[in-house]
Parts: sequence; structure tokens; C-alpha cells
Amino acid sequence: MSDTTTEDSTQNGPVLAADGTPLRRSLARALRRQKLRALMLIAPLLIFIMVTFILPVADMLYRSVENGIVSETLPRTVVALADWDASGDTPPDEAVFAALAADMQIAAEEKTHTKLGSRLNYENPGMSSLFRKSGRQVRRWDLETDAPFMEKFLDIDEDWSDIDVWRTIQTYSPSTTSGYYLAAVDMQLGADGPEMRPENERIYLKLFGRTLMMSLAITLSCIALGYPVAWLLANLPMRTSNLLMILVLLPFWTSLLVRTSAWKILLQQQGVINDILVWIGLVSDDARLVMINNQLGTIIAMTHILLPFMILPMYSVMQSINPSYLRAAKSLGATDWTAFWRVYFPQTVPGIGAGSILVFILAIGYYITPALVGGTTGTFISNRIAFHISTSLNWGLAAALGGILLAVVLVFYWAYDKFVGIDNVKLG
Amino acid sequence: MLDQGSDAFVVFDKVQKSYDGQTLVVKDLNLSIGKGEFLTMLGPSGSGKTTCLMMLAGFETATHGDILLDGQGINNIPPHKRGIGMVFQNYALFPHMTVAENLAFPLEVRKLGKSDREAKVKRALDMVQMGDFANRRPAQLSGGQQQRIALARALVFEPELVLMDEPLGALDKQLREHMQFEITRLAHELGITTVYVTHDQTEALTMSDRVAVFNDGRIQQLDPPDTLYEEPKNSFVAQFIGENNSLEGTVKELNNDTAVVQLDDGGLIDCKPVNVNKVGDRTKVSIRPERVEYRSERFQEGAHLLKAEVLEFIYMGDVFRTRLRVAGRDDFIMKCRNAPDQIRLKPGETVNIGWMPEDCRALDA
Amino acid sequence: MKLTTLAAALSATALTLPAFAADMTIVSWGGAYQSSQQKAYTEPYAEMNPDFNAIWDESSGEAVAKLRAMDEAGNVTWDLVDVEGPDAVRLCDEGLALEVDVDEILAPGDDGSAPSDDFGPSLISECFIPQIVFSTTFGYRTDVEAWGDSKPEDLCAVFDLETFPGKRALQKSPKKNLEWALLCDGVEQDALYDVLDEDGGVERALAKLDTIKDEVVWWSAGAETPQLLADGEVVIGSTYNGRLFSVIEEQDQPVAMLWDYQVFDFDGWVIPANLPAEREAAVMEFVKYATDTQRLADQAKYISYGPARASSQPLVGQHAELGIEMAPHMPTNPENAQRFLVNNLDWWADNQDDAEAKFQAWLAQ
Repeated sequence: MSDTTTEDSTQNGPVLAADGTPLRRSLARALRRQKLRALMLIAPLLIFIMVTFILPVADMLYRSVENGIVSETLPRTVVALADWDASGDTPPDEAVFAALAADMQIAAEEKTHTKLGSRLNYENPGMSSLFRKSGRQVRRWDLETDAPFMEKFLDIDEDWSDIDVWRTIQTYSPSTTSGYYLAAVDMQLGADGPEMRPENERIYLKLFGRTLMMSLAITLSCIALGYPVAWLLANLPMRTSNLLMILVLLPFWTSLLVRTSAWKILLQQQGVINDILVWIGLVSDDARLVMINNQLGTIIAMTHILLPFMILPMYSVMQSINPSYLRAAKSLGATDWTAFWRVYFPQTVPGIGAGSILVFILAIGYYITPALVGGTTGTFISNRIAFHISTSLNWGLAAALGGILLAVVLVFYWAYDKFVGIDNVKLG
Repeated sequence: MLDQGSDAFVVFDKVQKSYDGQTLVVKDLNLSIGKGEFLTMLGPSGSGKTTCLMMLAGFETATHGDILLDGQGINNIPPHKRGIGMVFQNYALFPHMTVAENLAFPLEVRKLGKSDREAKVKRALDMVQMGDFANRRPAQLSGGQQQRIALARALVFEPELVLMDEPLGALDKQLREHMQFEITRLAHELGITTVYVTHDQTEALTMSDRVAVFNDGRIQQLDPPDTLYEEPKNSFVAQFIGENNSLEGTVKELNNDTAVVQLDDGGLIDCKPVNVNKVGDRTKVSIRPERVEYRSERFQEGAHLLKAEVLEFIYMGDVFRTRLRVAGRDDFIMKCRNAPDQIRLKPGETVNIGWMPEDCRALDA
Repeated sequence: MKLTTLAAALSATALTLPAFAADMTIVSWGGAYQSSQQKAYTEPYAEMNPDFNAIWDESSGEAVAKLRAMDEAGNVTWDLVDVEGPDAVRLCDEGLALEVDVDEILAPGDDGSAPSDDFGPSLISECFIPQIVFSTTFGYRTDVEAWGDSKPEDLCAVFDLETFPGKRALQKSPKKNLEWALLCDGVEQDALYDVLDEDGGVERALAKLDTIKDEVVWWSAGAETPQLLADGEVVIGSTYNGRLFSVIEEQDQPVAMLWDYQVFDFDGWVIPANLPAEREAAVMEFVKYATDTQRLADQAKYISYGPARASSQPLVGQHAELGIEMAPHMPTNPENAQRFLVNNLDWWADNQDDAEAKFQAWLAQ
């Protein structure tokens, strides 16, 4: 029977639907209508995600390389400076200064010269005040009659004869730059291309390394503390486990600042834990333990804050494990430990994986808690990102740091997929 | 019940079990299981049968009494040292291990060498005709195949006692019947003692050497399947095993092997007294549907006849099933073999029905 | 007919909308400081102008970033922003704040002086309209046993671990700390920024800070030091003078002020650039009122920060609730301001990033 149909279709061309249109086409039409309807259903969510997530991330990535400001603010200077030899030791000629005077005058009118000064100051300290000072003067010049301008600029500030100033302007004339990314890994664009920053200005690599190590430590301690709790939740009678669940979720209902401040009160040197230890006599009064404003403080406070994110996926996975597996293992001769380790534990790995990914990714981007209890050794890269967003206003560098952080997370995700398998992750 | 003779392999001695300290789920259980015997614990859910199995496996502890295995008390031996094979209702195959790894697991924890392990795993898989599936994961197998693997895993370390907790519950009818046969064949070939828990009476009857019928925490009857079916000792067993007609009445006359029972509508019938003590006792009279006869030529002399109105005729292929109104009850069933001379009764017809007095058992009310 | 009435009603509401333009969004710091502004500026202003309605936004901490984000989005909802001096400079550089001529838009002093003279050194940027002078200075516990009879009398006590052992609290920022370190490393006040400009200048300051690094708790929020002092976690620490005032006078803690080399900072208004003319005019009118001699003096009744106008100084009275004379608690009080620093904002605008990088690298060592 099936043979005859295939023969029919091969002999008589495409199979037709009841109304005579080719079956393939009417199927495609039916499916398209279905897809369209499905798309309309998720459209609000899709638009929401686009607007609140995809676009900001794209914007951030764009900002991390965008550098139009130099060529927009100083268009003539950039052109005139193109031929200047940056490797020599003579400043550019009068033509460049004339172009600069023309550009500056417009920029000062539009109040964009100080903005450019702030931008270039990231690369070469001193440019900010140079541009602010110069803009004020240039505004009063008459471009027709006041030439030559080289000397007039040098009158305002001798730094205009500094090769480094011109080198910076030339290096950052293209409308995109790798400068922010280089800065984010403690490098800079020198005369001979990228080079490491001086030893005493390198912080970001160290902070990235510390952020990763501490996030790992937090993830591990969340696993160690969360596993038994999740197990209890999954195995206690309903009433007790509901109560325990409320205790687990309680931190979610308390303000983050309150929780962090509570840890300060507990952990500080004149705090509750030290007081108790001194009172018991475990620690002498003049050797109180330092448990806060360092890495330990950050790890403790963040483990507490992130613990529910580890417990919940582990719990939901453990809950779905039938107790008969353990019984089966024991009936087959396994001791309690072997039964746990060979049979129960491997089945909880998807929960551990899901919890670890959640906790690790949340930890890597945390900044409030490390800022409050991290001291000098327990702060994260995100604290620097926050600094550049809100204080130094160097959004390009903040974006580059964020971009690297995003890449690191994606690499970890890829590695997890490669070694454990992402389909092996269960959130519930 | 059997004596706790020297050939008893498993013995429950006055075992009680309570979970909450207020009610007993197992009440005074005494049971001996012989070596090589296939014993089924049958009963409705909540009757205590699974609890008994779990106590034997070591996952529950007896509140009172002793459980002996091969003459030794095992109350204080942890489950993994009891050496009892077990097949679970949901198979409990480890999902993260392949079939071969599942089978090798009990051998590994017993520290067998690799070559020994491989040989035994292969033999066990061949035994259940699953030799080609060694490298599959449980999730890639059908229910019947998983069942076979679970069986092989329970047998691979050659236990002398195997416990099975409703192992065929999840299979469809045909597969279930096939596996019933496979399991009994294996159990007898290997000579292992099997304790099998089910709530399916057909399964219990077809597979077992003996069946223990549980209800309300007690063994109601412990007998080979034929005895159980034909000579139920009380109305629970009669009702639970097979199809049964039950008529209520009062004992009017009673001597050693006959009793006359007056049914509630006044009719009198002859019965075999099984579980009645004296004249005046209330009783439930049990008659199997296939022992009911409506053709007068087959009645024995002296048999009481009852008037019956045909309510429904159901054609079931091999048998005809007729529902009748008898003695005021309209759930009385008569089963007749589909033979050439058989008449198909029509609803509304009135017939006289009767049965051999020895097929009619007066049980407790 | 009905439709026309509806349309009329609608257009009437549309016409009343501009009345809401009297809403003015004022951005400040929250807490005691914001409420001092409400009592001294907006409440009396609202009494005179019943239409006026101030909407407060406690975002001054992130004002620079938020204003830039609003500007990029093309929707500036703020009318007046309270910022610290350095932020005003940066907002001005970024073209986010309106440039103003103080002599043109502000009221002359009560003594007739031109605003540019009356405000004097606090006019640090073309966009900045000063309100108060505050200082960052030190407070210390008066009950430290290890110090014996000695009390910190000058700035360098902070760096003297031998006489004054114990933890110190310093701001986690290079600004001020570098200047203080150099002062205690023997640099003359006039030469501070020349030294910092030299190669190795910042390193020299950090080397001095290195001598106490192990004993420093770094703070990032102004409220931390008062708490640390009150808890006894640190024995000496820097913070804003108003915070110390409330620890000492309002909470009665055993803490005293160390005014030596306090660093003056200015806090004031900036008006966002490119406001619609109508809103800009309304803001100008309010600012003219809120920065006159009497208003600035009034604010000191509620918080211990000094008015930025010279002409306001003689009018500073008593604290509105505590009833103490406020003049001795003003950073600008001659007794307290024997030695003081003003940050060189130009130097910091140029070198903030560099110094910050070096400072953070040093912290992380």
C-alpha cells in the first residue's frame, strides 16, 4: 500500500491536497499561519527582551569601540595631522595649528571642546585642562587676522608643543578604537603599538583574576552549604520542609543592604562573633579575628546572599529523584556512602550545574556587597565598572570591561557545555 | 500455615509494624517461606504487604518480632549486607549508567574482578535475552526491556532470595503475561526463593507456589492458588480472588458438612459450612459464577432452586456472562461456557438457577 | 452636542496642563542635608508661590551619570541638581550643565557686595552656583586607653602609629588622601600640586600611606566612619564634618573633631543644559531666592555646613532643635579654619584617572 503511494507521487509529480494545490505548499501555508500566530503571542516578550536586553548589550559593545568624538570635533585638524610623522620629535607645522584654531573655535561655541578634552584625558592626563583653557582663549581669536596660530597656542600652554599631545590626537582620530579594550587589560596604545601599562597602574587583570577566583570560591561554598540543605528540603516531611523552605527564601524578602550590614555587625572586630569568641576565650582580646573588609568577608556575605540560587535548582532536581534508587543501590550491596556517591550524587549533578551557573554568573557581576564588605582585597571588577559609569564617566572603558566580562561568562558557558553538557542542566 | 520447620528459608515470627505509634499496619505476622518457593503477597493497597517486603529487604524495621533469613535473625543487619535481590515497581534502573554498568554495579561493590564481572553481566543479559543492549541507557529502552534489565540486575549477583515489588504494574497486558511466564521460569530454573508482591490476583494465581492474601495488616489466607480460589476461608478472600457472588442470610441448620441458610428474602439454600459456628449466625454465602447452572437437567437431586430474572446478557467470546436478579440482589452473575448447545438468555426471562451444595460456601458475614 | 462638550472639557484639561510646569524636580542627597534644604529653601518659597511644587529626587550620588544618560536619551526631567564641586566641573566639561553668570542671575549680598565677590573662592566652575562649604576632616575617639594622655592635635597624628595606635578610616579614593600624605611627608602646602605633578609624586604620597596601610579601613559611603567610630572599630577616621557633628552633638558619642588641614569642598546647584525656556526661567527664579544671603544662613540652622556667601556668615544662628550656637561647628569658623586645604580641581580633572589607577593598584597589592 505504501509502495503504491510513493509510486504514484513519483510518477504523477507533487502530491496534491484535496483542493488541488500541491500538498507541500498548502502544508507550508498552514505552518506559516501557525508560526505567525505563535510569533504574535510571544511578540510582547520578544519586544521587551529586545528593548531591555539585546539593544543595551549591543549598545554597550558599540560604545566599547566607538570613538567618533575626535574626528567629529576636530575634523580639519585630523585631516591636516594625517601626514604628520608621529615617530619624529618635532611638533606639527602651522597648517595643523591653523586647522586646530578653526576647529576649536567651532567646538568652543558648541561647548564640545571640554568633552573632547575629557575623552583624551583618559589616554593622556593633562588634556582635559589643556582643552578647557585653550577653548576659552580661542573663542576670542579672529581666524582671518590672528595667524600664525602656533605661537598663540604655545602662549596659552606650552603643552601644545608636546609630541605626546599630538600623538594622542593622531592615535585616536579613527572613529573606532581598541583603546578601551587595551585599557581594560592594563595595556595602552603607545608610539609602537600596544604595550603594557607601567607596573603600578595595572589593576584590571588582577581584578578580573580575583573576580573569577572569588566567584568560584563563592560557588563552591554555596555547593557545600546548599547541598545538605537541598537534600533536607527534598526529604523532610512536607510540613517541616515548607518551614525550611521559608527560611531558605527569607533572604529574598530582606533588603540586600540590610543583609550586608547585618554581616558587618556580626563579623567586624568589635562585632558579635568576635565578642563571643573572646568571651569563650578562644581568641584573646587584642587578637580579634579580621573577618570583614577582606576577601573572607565578601565570600561569607555573598555566599549567604546567593545561597538560595544554589539551593532551589538542587532541591527541584533532588525532589524528582525517586527514593527507590537509593534502596535499589543498597539492595544491590552498596554501603550508604557508595549508594550516595555512585547513584544519588550523579543524578543531582544537573541541579548542581544549574545552581553553579546561576551563582557564578550572578557573583561575577555583583558589586554592592563587595563594595560594602570587600575592603581593599575583596572588591570585584564590577566595582570598577560602577566607578567608571558613575564617577569617572569613562563609559567606553566601562563598556569594554563589561564586554570582557560578558566574553568570560560566555567562555565559561561554552566550557560547561563542552565538559558537562548544557542539556544536562535542570532548573526544575 | 506452615510450621516453622527446618526447611523454612524466610521466617516472620510475630512481626508487628507501626509507623505512628498508634496504629499497626502489620499485625502479628507469622509466615514461613520454604527454600526455592515462589510466594506471592497479594492484597489491596494499604493491606501491609509492601511493608512486609520492605522489612524483609531491610528498608523498614520491625516494631516487634523477628525476621529470620536462613535461620539467622536479620533485624539488625543493614540492607546492603542481606544479599537479597530486589526488583522495584519502577525498576529503579540507574539512569546515568548504561545497562552493563547497572548490572556490574552489585558486582563492583562486591569487589569482583573485571573479567568475572564481564562474564557474569553477559550471562545475566543473555538470560533475559537482552545481550545486545549492554551499552544502552535505561531511558532508551522500552518498559518491557527495562523490566528485563531490572530482573537481570537483581539476579546477577546470584542471591538466594529475590523480592519483587509489583514489578509488572507498568506493563501492558500482553507483555505482562509474557513476563509472568519468564519470571516464574527463571525463578524455578535458578532455584531461587522469590517473594512477590502484587495487587493483581491473576498474576498471583498464575505465578505462585503459594499466595498470602493480606488485608488489614493480617494474612487472611495462605494457600496454593487452586485452594485459594476454590476454598476461600473467609468472605474477604472469596471476594478478592476471582469473581464471586455473595448472598447474605442466616444459618438455619448446621451439621458437619452441610448447612441450610435462609436468605434475606426468605429463600433457603444448601451450603457447605466453612466459617460459621452456630445456628442463627449471619453469613455471606459465596458461589463462583461459573458454578451456577440454569439447565434443570443438570441439577442434583435435593438442590435448592432459586428464581432468577435475567437482567443483562453479555457476550464475551469464550463465555457468556449473564446478570440476574436473585434473592433481591441484581448483581448476581452467571458464567456459561460458549458451547454449541448453549442458549443465549434474553433480558426479562425468568429462569430457575441452582448449584452443587459443595460449591456454595457459607462464610463469615 | 455631547461630543462638543467632551471636546471642550478635553481642551480645557489640555489648557490647564501648563500649570503643572510649576512642578520642579530638584535632585539632592536625601537625609538630613536634603531636609535642611527643604526647610530653608523650598518651604518658604512655596509659601510665597502657592503654585510651586518641589519634587525631590535623591540621586545626587549618581547625578553625573544619570544626567548624561538623560541627555543622551534626549529627555532631561531634572530642573535643578545639587552636586559637589568636582562633579559640577565634569558636568560643565561634558556640556551637560548650563553656564551661568552669577552676577547676572543671583541676588547681591545683604551688604551690597556683588555675588562674584560674595561667593569668592567657591565659584569653581562657570556652571556652578555654590550653596555651602563643607569639609572632610578627622574625628577621633576620646577614650582610647592605648593613647594615654596624648590627644591628636594635628593631621600627622593620623600617620603616627606609635603615639596613636589603632585602626584608621580613610576614604577609598586618592583625592585628599594624597594631599594629606604629602603634607605629613614634609611637603609645603603651596608645593603640593607641584610635587604631585612631578614624576614619582603620586608614588611618594602612596609610600607615605603605605606606612599605615595595614591599619586602614577604607570607606566609600560618608555614613561609614561615624558608625565605625561609634562601634570602636576605628579610633580615628575621616568623613564629612556634618556627619561628625551629629555623632558628637546628637548621638553624644565619645568622639572629638580634629580640624587640622580639613579639606574644603563646595556643594551647590547646577542647572541642566538645554532646558525648555519656560522651565529654565522658573528654575532661575527659584535659585535666585534660594541662594540669597538669608536663605544660605538659614540652612546652617539645620545642618553644620557653612554658607558659601561671606555675607551669610554673621547671620548664622542656633541649631533649630538642639539650640546650640552653630558658628563654632562651621568649617569656615576662623578657629577651625586655621589650616585648611582646597583641592586643586584642575589638577584633579587632569589626573583623576591616572591617580585612581595608581591608587587602586596600590590598594590591591
